[in-house]
Amino acid sequence: MFHDRSPIYLQIAEGIKNDVLSGALEEDEQVMSTNQYAAFYRINPATAAKGFAQLVEEGVLYKKRGIGMFVSPDARERLRAERRERFFADVVAPMLDEAKRIGIGVDEIVKHLGEK
Amino acid sequence: MSIEIRDLTVRYGRTVAVDSVGLDLAGGKIYGLLGRNGSGKTSLLSAIASYRKPSAGVVLIDGEEAYENPRVARRTCFIRDTLDLSDSDRLRSALDLAARLRPTWDQPYAEKLLDVFQIDPGKRVSALSRGQRSAFGVVLGLAARTPLTILDESYLGMDAVARTLFYRELLADYLEHPRTIILSTHLIEEVADLFERVIIMDRGRVIVHDETDALRGRGVTVTGPYEAVTAFAAGRVILGEQTLGGVRAVTLDGHVDPGEIERGEAAGLSFGPIGIQDLFVHLTSQPLEASR
Repeated sequence: MFHDRSPIYLQIAEGIKNDVLSGALEEDEQVMSTNQYAAFYRINPATAAKGFAQLVEEGVLYKKRGIGMFVSPDARERLRAERRERFFADVVAPMLDEAKRIGIGVDEIVKHLGEK
Repeated sequence: MSIEIRDLTVRYGRTVAVDSVGLDLAGGKIYGLLGRNGSGKTSLLSAIASYRKPSAGVVLIDGEEAYENPRVARRTCFIRDTLDLSDSDRLRSALDLAARLRPTWDQPYAEKLLDVFQIDPGKRVSALSRGQRSAFGVVLGLAARTPLTILDESYLGMDAVARTLFYRELLADYLEHPRTIILSTHLIEEVADLFERVIIMDRGRVIVHDETDALRGRGVTVTGPYEAVTAFAAGRVILGEQTLGGVRAVTLDGHVDPGEIERGEAAGLSFGPIGIQDLFVHLTSQPLEASR
């Protein structure tokens, strides 16, 4: 479930963001409590709480006192904007580097994409 | 319960098992205590549980000196290898005794755990396999529900299924009844996710006490042309290294920021993560002069 390469709280936050982006979590929908999350994924509840706190800080989730945590109404749009901004630097640039190393030209990539 | 350890030393004759250790453990968390055989884990735990008088220094539990303090003893449960039972004892009588001694004992929960681990309480201690004996220790430790629960290598001899059941029960019961739990182990990888904090001991000293999550992502391996790797490693703490032909691979301690990784990659280096298990192995296999 979780890997050892980065802190689990960041992996939790990333997983929930992906669920918001894909629509698996709707806006204003309640998310699992930290204890439910900890029991489900077999992790320490403090680690889960840290992941949720990170999302509250980033505005992806909001708290209702005594009830729980919910997906912010504008979370999906904001996450999309953020990821779109990073897409060319994080996804396309490394692909172009690899293509260059192994001698695949941009025209060949464009042709391949045209067939998709 | 919170634990404060000040300058604790435990000596056996001329052997120093715990060497002036200082440690502050806030209450209500699950701690993992890691260390190689003979690193002083059991001696440290014995001193925390007041099973052994410190040779020097002091252990304070919720601010009170722990040694020979009945208020602390009632609220502390220490499960060690021997289970502090004799071979001829029947499990049922050990459970009855625990129920009498522990105000927090939960009998229905104990019965449930016996069921989970498929242990027959009519048996004598001598009739248990190594794994069942460990599992019975887990029953005594968890059902006691003491505010301070210490489990010293309570998985020995358990097969993978029994260990999974143990970790599941430990977490589920902790979620319902939060308390201070210290668990010592060698099997870091499979249980690290349960620990809020990790303590690593080496030769009687505490060399790491940190959030478990902070240890993920600590340390990095760097591989590439000999000169480039050597230049990158300069001034950093090298935990391990290998050379093959003109290629050098080093394991570095600490955090490398993304900008440095990007520049390193541009210079032909490749970077890899190291897991908690590997970090532990590297940190506790250093020669004596390097660690002191």
